[in-house]
Amino acid sequence: MAFDIAFWLLAIVSVVAALAVVTLRNIFRAALSLVLCFITVAGLYVTLSADFLAAVQILVYVGAISILLILGIMLTRDVQLGSPTNKLRFPAFLAAIVFFGTVAWAVLNTTWGISPQGPLEPTTATLAGKLFGENGYILTVEIAAVLLLAAILGAIVLVREK
Amino acid sequence: MDLGLLAPEISLAATAVAVILLDLFVERKGALAIVSVIGLMVSAAFTIAMFGDPAQVSFNGTLAVDSFALFFKLLFLGIAALVILASVDYVSKFERFQGEYHALILLSALGMLLMATATELITIYVSLELASISLYILAGFLKDPKSTESSIKYLLLGATASAVLLYGMALVFGSTGTTQLGEITQQVQALGAQGVADNPALVLGIILLIAGFGFKIAAVPFQMWVPDVYEGAPTPIVAYLSVGSKAAGFAVILRVFSSAFGLPDWLSLDWGMVFAVLAAIGMTVGNVSALPQTNIKRMFGYSSIAQAGYLMVGLAAMGVASAGETIGQSTILFFLLSYSLANLGAFIAIIAITNKIDSDLIEDFSGLFKRSPLLTLGLTLCLISLIGMPPAAGFMAKFYIFGGAAQNGLLWLVIIAVLNSVVSAFYYLRVVKVMWLGEPASVEKVPSSGALRVALTITCLGVLFVGILPGFAMKAAELAAKMFGI
Repeated sequence: MAFDIAFWLLAIVSVVAALAVVTLRNIFRAALSLVLCFITVAGLYVTLSADFLAAVQILVYVGAISILLILGIMLTRDVQLGSPTNKLRFPAFLAAIVFFGTVAWAVLNTTWGISPQGPLEPTTATLAGKLFGENGYILTVEIAAVLLLAAILGAIVLVREK
Repeated sequence: MDLGLLAPEISLAATAVAVILLDLFVERKGALAIVSVIGLMVSAAFTIAMFGDPAQVSFNGTLAVDSFALFFKLLFLGIAALVILASVDYVSKFERFQGEYHALILLSALGMLLMATATELITIYVSLELASISLYILAGFLKDPKSTESSIKYLLLGATASAVLLYGMALVFGSTGTTQLGEITQQVQALGAQGVADNPALVLGIILLIAGFGFKIAAVPFQMWVPDVYEGAPTPIVAYLSVGSKAAGFAVILRVFSSAFGLPDWLSLDWGMVFAVLAAIGMTVGNVSALPQTNIKRMFGYSSIAQAGYLMVGLAAMGVASAGETIGQSTILFFLLSYSLANLGAFIAIIAITNKIDSDLIEDFSGLFKRSPLLTLGLTLCLISLIGMPPAAGFMAKFYIFGGAAQNGLLWLVIIAVLNSVVSAFYYLRVVKVMWLGEPASVEKVPSSGALRVALTITCLGVLFVGILPGFAMKAAELAAKMFGI
């Protein structure tokens, strides 16, 4: 019951924060709303018994990415002008509503399979086995490492002058 | 775990790292291209050595090494090698980052290789991102306003498409409880046609998957990024995008839709028709928009949308065909091979020409025959192949793919496709006419380096070989299609 209340509170706050990110004119405030959104999502993970994921969400998104984002904004000129107006605001809003409606309808009208087992607690050790163990996703983890290499190369190439 | 099965990928990754390190020590940057091409050839040798072995699943079902995957791996390796050869002149203008340029091409090829061989949704997604992110960076490599615009547009739209794809994967996972394509197949079969229809989340997931992959292959209605990205990106990268990224997208679509969601008759019939309608719209939109273009890279952008439409005729035939029939798959593989050769060849010639005349406008190609007869001849042959006229490869490719669709009762689609080919002849032949009959702006010869000439020769001979003796390539395509789904 307590988890239910927590879930709905977090869900509402995260949606409002996400809306603020796209509607606020001041980019700095939008970035702070994004941080709030990240934190509430981490809370959602806790209510869903995904403890490790919640910790990673806080460490990576709330910790590292938010700081990068805010630092990036502070180093950018013309930030005080705010985000420019967009002619396509209304059509985009409409498309988002239609997409939301479709997804909500599909999700509500589906009989989801529910596992009889209770949630796994704690998840960290099992996840480690899944990611790095003999019968796990080690190959995918390695591909992600190569992906990071490509991203670092890109950052160097795009930021340094020609 | 069998690391031996990953030999092509591991050697390619090692080459990419070697190129980055070599860049620090070597003064003559031409060596980087040589090392890259050698690395690609080593990887290809590993791939060829695996041909004929029975299909194997490895890494807990995340990887399937079958002749389908091997066919695509060879295709991607060949494409990457030709792009690197074609870049030699272009890259020599860069003051910096030549090592990064080659490494990113190799890493992108690595992503494509993995896309062809992955049989698990998360692995497919990560491989796709590896291929795409490298391409986003390469598109912005010139760092002038146009190139940057192209890169940012590609990144934003690509990221949106990735989000859509992930959403689709999440819904499929939620409905089936697994991300392995093999297990999804079993689940979908167990559900049956009615079970799938009663599960809107699964249907929505499949639709979102089509949308996400549709972006990669530039299928209508996910094509709006193509002309702008093509116009601004470095020309060798445009060649790479138009061929490699498209072929990789088709590899994944073929893998996912002929195994996981292929079987219930009701469902497959349904997505067959979806692809048929998208194919018809794609061809028409691409060809009609290509007609008024004056910039050759934009024209090729629209033409690649149309070519994706022709390819989707094959997907439609595959969706409508009865179970166990692989005519759709094999004709798509054959078409991809001939399209890759012709499009790459055309771009290699365009790179050589635009390097000299410093303009992408078609009217500036005037009288090129008098300035560089061999380049003009090569470009003409590739354009003829793209129209689908004999003796070039494109003719046989269209013949097979349309024939397969007609056999499966999609005659209306074939008629639209043939009409579209006639429309496409207008804009392709306009380029030919300008080059052969126009007055040259100057009498200066158009120079081209040895690497470019080798690449153009390989593609033109390939176009002719596949066009005149299609039997060999068709055998390979049939073999690759039959091994499907293990």
